[in-house]
Order: sequence, then structure tokens, then C-alpha cells
Amino acid sequence: MIRQGYVTGPILGALWMLVLSVTVSVAMSFSTGDPFRPSVWLSLFWGAIAGGAVVALGRTRAVQIGIVVIVTGLVLSGIGPMLTGDAAGSVARVLGSVILGCAFSFSVTVILDEVVSGPLNRHEFEGAVIRFLTGFGYIFFTAIVLIPFYVMVMTSLKNQGELMQNPLDFSIDLSKGTDLLRSYEELFTQFNFGTYLFNSFFISVLTVFITLAFAIPGAYAVARLRFRGQAAFSRSILLIYMVPMIVLALPIYIAFSMTGLRNSFWGIVMIYPVTTIPVALYMLQGYFRGLPSEVEEAGLMDGLSRLAVIWKITLPLSLPALASVSLYVFMIAWNEFLLAFMLLDDPSKFTLTRGIASLNSSEIPRQHLMAGSVIATVPIMALFLGLERFMTKGLTAGSVKG
Amino acid sequence: MAESHPPIGTGPLAKREARLAWGLLFPTIAAVALVVLLPLLAIFWISFKPVGLADLRAPEVVLREDIRGDDEAVGDAATIRYRLRNSSQDQPITGVTFSDVIPMGLAVQDLDPRCTLENRDLTCDLGDWEPGNREILTIPVIVEQPYLDNALRPQDSPATTTGVAPNVLTNTTFTLDNFSRIFSGEEFVEVLWVTLFYTVFGTIGALLVGLFAALLLNKAFRGQGILRGLYLFPYVAPVIAVAFAWLILFDPFSGSANALLIQMGVTPTAINFFGERPLALIMVTVFEIWRYFPLSFLFILARMQSIDTDMYEAADMDGASPFQQFWYLSVPQLLGILSVLFLLRFIWTFNKFDDIFLLTGGNAGTRTLTVSVYEQAFAISNIGAGAAVAVVIFGCLLAFSIFFLKYISREEGL
Repeated sequence: MIRQGYVTGPILGALWMLVLSVTVSVAMSFSTGDPFRPSVWLSLFWGAIAGGAVVALGRTRAVQIGIVVIVTGLVLSGIGPMLTGDAAGSVARVLGSVILGCAFSFSVTVILDEVVSGPLNRHEFEGAVIRFLTGFGYIFFTAIVLIPFYVMVMTSLKNQGELMQNPLDFSIDLSKGTDLLRSYEELFTQFNFGTYLFNSFFISVLTVFITLAFAIPGAYAVARLRFRGQAAFSRSILLIYMVPMIVLALPIYIAFSMTGLRNSFWGIVMIYPVTTIPVALYMLQGYFRGLPSEVEEAGLMDGLSRLAVIWKITLPLSLPALASVSLYVFMIAWNEFLLAFMLLDDPSKFTLTRGIASLNSSEIPRQHLMAGSVIATVPIMALFLGLERFMTKGLTAGSVKG
Repeated sequence: MAESHPPIGTGPLAKREARLAWGLLFPTIAAVALVVLLPLLAIFWISFKPVGLADLRAPEVVLREDIRGDDEAVGDAATIRYRLRNSSQDQPITGVTFSDVIPMGLAVQDLDPRCTLENRDLTCDLGDWEPGNREILTIPVIVEQPYLDNALRPQDSPATTTGVAPNVLTNTTFTLDNFSRIFSGEEFVEVLWVTLFYTVFGTIGALLVGLFAALLLNKAFRGQGILRGLYLFPYVAPVIAVAFAWLILFDPFSGSANALLIQMGVTPTAINFFGERPLALIMVTVFEIWRYFPLSFLFILARMQSIDTDMYEAADMDGASPFQQFWYLSVPQLLGILSVLFLLRFIWTFNKFDDIFLLTGGNAGTRTLTVSVYEQAFAISNIGAGAAVAVVIFGCLLAFSIFFLKYISREEGL
């Protein structure tokens, strides 16, 4: 029953119209602050008609243009799948309706590509459903990922009054020029964020180097050398990673309070690497195992010692893995919050994450909190996007065979 | 004729290799022992101790020193006064002594019997002190000319004090109060239930959402790399930044999400997403799914891309529909990585602290076991009870790990 073109077409058309009208309304609301809202019943109704039309009349250019014109006209006359409030500007209304019309018309013809008005076989039907789900998936994931970051950036550029007045209005007034960046300027001049940025960077880089200094020899031993307990050791490394940080943080806090290491740079630098060594060791040993041992044996034959083999042969061969591991460790150290929060009280020694936590009070306006979040997010994102290849490899290294 | 045997036991070369291996591993083992194993043992020790946050500072002798009376002319009579007290109201201090230097030109007239004076060095032995003990020692002195020539006043030479205070952390008083305190009360059952809900739904949700995302990106098209990078954003960004962004997005008074929902007519009044009882728990679980779906997405995608495409071509020839191909070909191939991911994520979600702490602080029915550790130790200032909760967590993890090791040895990878 459902695998009939004249049933499948309207159903998918209706659902797709609903998805798109919600998407366009949210996007228009967030970018202009004007009241746009989808109408569930009208969306389903018009979407079903359009889906039926595509199936019945075919996917010609004329049908596409017809759908664009009709949907745009319906929205503008107020009985379309998307409704606009009186406060909406006329430019935004026209723009929104045209976007909805075009997006729907050109995508619904792709979704219903193989759907004809007669009975459908399984392939044709499931293909259409999969194309619908794919489209929905792209919109869904892009929206859920982007919206929080969009809110973060836009909030940091506005002031408290504007935000309270219309929480949906994220449009920014470009005529304000550099005044838009005022909260950033205040963070750097009044809240010491320059120091926090430097502290975070310094601690993270130091953590990377210390971690590598410990993990490289350890990983090599586990991967290459034969000794009793090797198998048990390589397995128990991961077990250490399973111990929750909060359980360790409590005794560490006590020990640091009693020895005066709390509130000190070196205390943090001592603790961070230990949280990253197990995972770095695990990632590296997976990579070392994959290297051909013949090259190293040739080096041994030619009279190099084991340590020289590691330094001159293994390390140069594993530079990509070292980059991935460094990036991953840097990310962990940069994002670390719990230990910094518990162990640092002195504002001159704060890391960025600790600094942001100190902004979370009712006296400090929210755009400062968000500006701080942006400052912490941008460097790690830039690093990540620049080296994404290494990052994705690093994250999956050693854990997935084949 | 002598029979030849292969060598038995470990030869010198093998021994040398093993020695080198342990040498290379030693720094790691030492560091991990110091920062992981030692604290774990400490947690067990502390969980049986009646220790609060205030006990971390050991009781000490607090001393203030001043000079009273005239000290402006030769022959003036003045008194040096030492005020001492035990900083703790409930711990005694034994063997209290202090020593100080009397400045030049002050002639000591009379001395407390507990004190001795050698040249200008004053030493007093005050014996054992009760909790909260206070004492005042006065030493009458006559001012002489060198004192007036000299800028040194009694306060300028700091007095040193000694005293031995029993430390709650190192003595042998043990108690089961911590455990009875956390196990009694309905709260513990609720904490367990919240932890279970959060862990199970957070894990399964992140896996399913990650699987969906991986299916979307498991084909080559332009912009695939960009989307893959984009979908990893929630995992890569600092948790504190995204947690606060969520809080502001879902704020009940000025949050955009509420404004949007009201405008769309979904709800007539603003919803307090992170402040109402069942909703807050659902929201922190959704946050957990949002933040960690990228990880499962990445692993599942990597596994998918290593599946041979021939199989799908063969299935296509045989007329299998896309859903059949997914169900009968992809899912069996992915089961291995899915179960590994499930176990790993299950444990990590169970361990998660920062997310809930930042979003709700454990209020509105979102207190998990890990948040409870912090709550007991720092909010209620009862370190012993916090440690007891940590021991419970550790017990759960041990059970998971045994299961994990048993199960994983049959599984692929890892």
C-alpha cells in the first residue's frame, strides 16, 4: 500500500515540507530576529500536494519553477507552510519565502527521483526514503552542531540590554565597527585574559612534551620488546584510563593542600601529563606495531644500540603518529577543567578554562562569559581544522583494526 | 652419540631485552603509580576516616607578639607580651615550645618559670595544650640606651613555634560513619538511579546518533571532509565553553530556545530546561549525547570505510534492497566496533563529572555518583564521605572492568 507512487510521493513531500519549513523559520528567526514560524498542518497539506504533483506531472523544469512560484506566493499571502508575524520586515518575508520555495522545489524532485505514479519496487521506495533521511540528517546535524556555536559567537558581540529585549535577534549592527568587540577588549584589559591564554598555552605545550618523553619509550617497549607480562601490561594501560578523574582529584587535592603544591604552576604541570600518558602510550604502541620491524633489525645489525634505533629509525618513521598524539594531548590539556578548577585559586595562575569559570557570576555580563568561551574555543578549533587529517587519525589510531 | 636440545629457559639476550623493556617502562610506571595508584589507595584510607575539609589544615600554635608600656626613654619599664593560642577547637597539641630573640637593650627583669634565657635567646616550653587553649606570657623589661639607638623592636624578630598535633589523616582512628552516612537516606537510591539513567541513555544515544551520522558521511562527495570536521566540533571544543553556550541558549528568561518555542507556539510559557525535575536530567543526557556522538561517529565511520565494497556489489546483483544491505551486511560487520564502543563509552559516561557539574551543579535531580563525590567533599566539607562515594564508584568500575576484560578478549581490536 505504501509502496505506491501516489502514496509515497505525497507522504515524503509532506514530511519534507515540514522539515524545510521548520529549518527555514529557525534560520530566518536566528538571523533576523523577526517572527517566523512553521505551520505544521499547512506544511503537511501543501507538501503532500506538491509531492503528488511531482509524481503525477514528472520532474520537469516547468514543475520545479511552478512549485517555487506557488510556495513563494502562498507564504507571502499568509496561508503557506511558513507563517510570518506582523513585525517581520518585508525584505525578510520575501527572502524567507523565496528560500523556502527554492529549497523545497529543487530538493523534493531529487528525493522523489525514481518515484512514479504506479507501484514501486523495494529499491525505488527505499531509495526515496533514504534520500529523504539523508537530507534530514544533513540539516539536523548541521543545525545541532552549529546553533550552540552560533549563539556563543553572536552573544559575545552583543550587550545585555539587546539580548534581554529580543533573545532571538542575533543580527549585528555592523555600523558599530570595533565597538562590537568591546567585551573581548575588556577581557584582555581588565580580566587578565592575555595571561590566561599564555598560561593555557604554556601548560599545554609542556604537557605534550612531557607526555611524549614518557610515552615514546614505554610504547616502544610494549610494542617491540619481548618481556614477561607484556600482554597484561598493554591491556592494563587502558584500564588506567578508566579511572574517573574526580576519584583521583580528591586525594590529589588533599596531597597538594598539605604540600603547598596547590595553586602552583608546577603542580598542574606534574598532574596533567599523567592523565595523558596512558592514552598516548596506547596510541603510539598501536602505531609502532604497524611499522616494519625489518628496518629496525637492519639498524641493529649495523651496530646501532636499541636507543639509537628508536631515535634514528623509529621516530622519524612515526612522525605522523607523533603529530596526531601531540595534537590529541594538546587538546586534552587545553580543555581540561576539573583539575584546574580544584587546584588553582590565584587569578594570576589561572588557565583559560579556570578563567572562564571565574566569569560565571551574576555581576559579570553574559557577553563576557561567551567572549571568554570564544577565546578558549578558537585556538583549538583553528589547530583542529588545520590538522584535521592528523586529528581524525589520532582519535581512531590503535583502537580500530583494519 | 649426544642428542642435541634446543636451548631451554631465557638466554642472556632475552634477559637483556627484558631489562631494557622494564627500563624504558619505568618512568611511566613510576609516574602512574605516584599519581594513580597512590591516590586510589589514599581514597580507601580516607573513606574510613572522620575527616572534614577543615582538618586538612593541621592545628598549629598561633602567636602574636607586642610591646606594652613606654619604651621611649632610658629607664622606662615595659612588658613584652606573647599571646598564644591553639588554632584548633577540637585537636590538642603536644610539646608546645617557642623561641624568640629579645632585642638589644631590653633588660629582662623577671622570667616565667617555663622559660629560659641564654644571652638574648628566649626559649619557653609550654607543655601539652588542650583544644582551644589560650595563653599570655608577659616579660617585664627595662629600656636601656642601645634599644633606643637600635631600630630593632620585639615584633621585628619573628618567634618560632613548635608543637606536634595529631593528624586525622595519619592517626589510627577509623570509622564506618562515612559509609553509613552515604548508604542511609533515600538520596543514595536516587543518585544510583540518576547515574544509571544518564549512563545508559547517554551511551546508547551517542552510539545511535553517531551511527546515523556515519551512515550519512559514508560516501564520497564534495564537502565530505568539511562536514566531517564540522561534526567533530562538539567533541573538540572545551567543555566549559559549550556547556555555558547551552546554558545561555536554554536560559528560562532570555534564552533563544525558549523565545523560539514560544514564537512557534509549542509552549505558552518559558521552560526552565535545566531547573525542572525530570527535564533537567533529560537535558544533561541530551548534552552528553550531543557532545560525544562525534567520537562514536568517527570510530564507526573508520570501520565502515574498511568494509569491502565487493560485498555490496554482489548483494546489489542479487537484488538486495538498501535496507536489507544495511541490516544483513553492514550491521553484522559493525557489531564488533559497536560493542567495543558501547563498553568504553559506558564506562566513560559513568565517570563523567564536568558536564553535569557545569550545567546544573547536580541540582534538579541530576546528581550522579561523580557529582556526589564533589558535593560531599567540598559543598558539605566532608572529605571522608566524598571518599566513601569514590570507593563505591571504584567498586562499580572494578565490576565493569572484569566484565570488560573477559568480554573484550573475545572481541576484535583493543
